[in-house]
Amino acid sequence: MSILVIAEHDNRALKEATRNTIAGAAAIGGDIHVLVAGHGCESVAQAAARITGVSRVLQADAPHLELQLAEDLAAQVVPLAADYTHVLAPATAFGKNFLPRVAALLDVAQISDVVAVNSADTFVRPIYAGNALATVQSIDPIKVISVRTTAFDAAAETGSATIDSVPPTAAFGRTRCLGREIIRSDRPELAGAAIIVSGGRGLASKENYHSVLDPLADALGAALGASRAAVDAGFAPNDAQVGQTGKIVAPQLYIAVGISGAIQHLAGMKDSKVIVAINKDPEAPIFQVADFGVVGDLFELVPELVTAIG
Amino acid sequence: MKILVPVKRVLDYNVKARVKADGSGVDLNNVKMSINPFDEIAVEEAVRQKEAGIATEVVVVSCGIAACQETLRAALALGADRAVLIETTEVLQPLAVAKLLKAVCDKEQPNLVICGKQAIDDDANQTGQMLAALLQWGQATFASKLQIDGQSSVMVTREIDGGLETLSVELPALVTTDLRLNEPRYATLPNIMKAKKKPLETITPEALGVDIAPRLKTLSVAEPATRKAGEIVADIATLVSRLKNQAKVI
Ligand SMILES: Cc1cc2nc3c(=O)[nH]c(=O)nc-3n(C[C@H](O)[C@H](O)[C@H](O)COP(=O)(O)OP(=O)(O)OC[C@H]3O[C@@H](n4cnc5c(N)ncnc54)[C@H](O)[C@@H]3O)c2cc1C
Ligand SMILES: Nc1ncnc2c1ncn2[C@@H]1O[C@H](COP(=O)(O)O)[C@@H](O)[C@H]1O
Repeated sequence: MSILVIAEHDNRALKEATRNTIAGAAAIGGDIHVLVAGHGCESVAQAAARITGVSRVLQADAPHLELQLAEDLAAQVVPLAADYTHVLAPATAFGKNFLPRVAALLDVAQISDVVAVNSADTFVRPIYAGNALATVQSIDPIKVISVRTTAFDAAAETGSATIDSVPPTAAFGRTRCLGREIIRSDRPELAGAAIIVSGGRGLASKENYHSVLDPLADALGAALGASRAAVDAGFAPNDAQVGQTGKIVAPQLYIAVGISGAIQHLAGMKDSKVIVAINKDPEAPIFQVADFGVVGDLFELVPELVTAIG
Repeated sequence: MKILVPVKRVLDYNVKARVKADGSGVDLNNVKMSINPFDEIAVEEAVRQKEAGIATEVVVVSCGIAACQETLRAALALGADRAVLIETTEVLQPLAVAKLLKAVCDKEQPNLVICGKQAIDDDANQTGQMLAALLQWGQATFASKLQIDGQSSVMVTREIDGGLETLSVELPALVTTDLRLNEPRYATLPNIMKAKKKPLETITPEALGVDIAPRLKTLSVAEPATRKAGEIVADIATLVSRLKNQAKVI
């Protein structure tokens, strides 16, 4: 078995999701290589080389790889993939964007959002918003897999792999990036945060979302999440959406404030270790998955909670 | 400018999926089926392009059993012009769907394909990207804004980690929709009636010469473990005490 993991990074730092993906690769077993495709991404290659279980890092460095457009990344991965039995990437916006292109060009299936490895060819993945778990066996020669990062604890950093450069493939050229608007925040990222405070329609406005939830997130050092309704209404940015079609999270503590608990929302957070719900409606479905619930008005309860935490 | 929109028939998003007792799959008997919500957004976007005088024709395509005709009629009622059903009773996986859609694109020569980002049944999030790869087209996934620039390119704002990205993709191109792209209209009764008369062509995978054999074997489908019922605590003081002393998470 030989596994190629495609690193997620911003040319400076390796994203945590890569370490979860490498843990997924380790569950399959075999030789693990990591591809770092980017521009000026030396420090990322070095970080990848330190991850436990990685024996070799391949670095493809070229100006057109800086933005890691799906077309360019897939073109880079496909010729390398022939040497591997498995190609893995995190099931994040990054992985979801390019990995299916790799699978199609290799003429193999992609197994999305793998949460467990049963054997080298058999994997478990959630379907129907996590209301069912399918165990699937691949008959393809190369298994292309996106890994649900919350299902695998990040690999440690005790390794010292070799770094080899690989020649960059030609640029696709017909897709151009006109710009990226990245919202900088001092708060932890949702993925990987130990505590998440998440707000829903019950907050009623963007102003309330912040005036009520910011102090709680500050007190707990938490990341901020949201339901789809809160994002649609503009209370929170798009990438704060937790759920079936947003981010999947599994923190130590998830505090749902003014969120009803629709199937689609639960799909994104029900694997959290401890769930707290604050909602004025005792019948809200969120209470069916919450370890601790408080029924009442969030505008009174949350400030009280902030004071009590101190 | 022709826009092609693939639409999938799925379990309605309001219905909770129930796993069959024999573990062979999810029970789809006598449950409400609907157009995949992301595909509804895709149809809406295509129809808006037509209403804006940019697109000239909107073709919707579905792959699956005969009942997908209902899904196609729903899309026609939203304003699509014409429908194609690739009819089969075989299990279709994303790679097979992408190959079928590729064959349709080879025939129809659309300038733009708008897919949903994800089917809410298999939650694969693959088909659009696979189709773009097979067609050797550029792609813009997870679109929250779409603007066609003349006949040559499409500008798309994408929802990515940490914010937004704007791409310009040369046509022909493939876009997949995210939730914030638009809010689909409701089909009016007159439009539902009109949709019944719009052309709907049926073809088979064999006629398209596409191998749709599944690459993944589903060995079993199981219910996930459910969480234990929790405790409704009386007040914030009790909550904080539970979190500190019992759960030890703060
Ligand atoms: C294709 C598709 C994909 C989707 N994907 C997602 C997804 O990824 N993530 C997601 O979250 N949703 C998703 N949804 C939407 C989902 O179905 C729900 O509509 C959404 O989660 C509801 O958000 P909410 O709980 O904030 O709002 P609501 O359901 O309106 O709930 C608001 C809650 O706030 C409570 N409340 C109101 N005022 C107060 C107060 N003063 N104090 C205390 N409580 C109060 C109410 O009792 C209520 O329970 C998706 C839907 C579709 C169709
Ligand atoms: N059977 C199908 N028929 C038509 N379109 C489909 C089908 N399956 C998937 N699609 C399209 O591909 C998108 C993504 O589906 P998936 O990759 O299965 O999550 C959907 O939103 C549809 O636009």
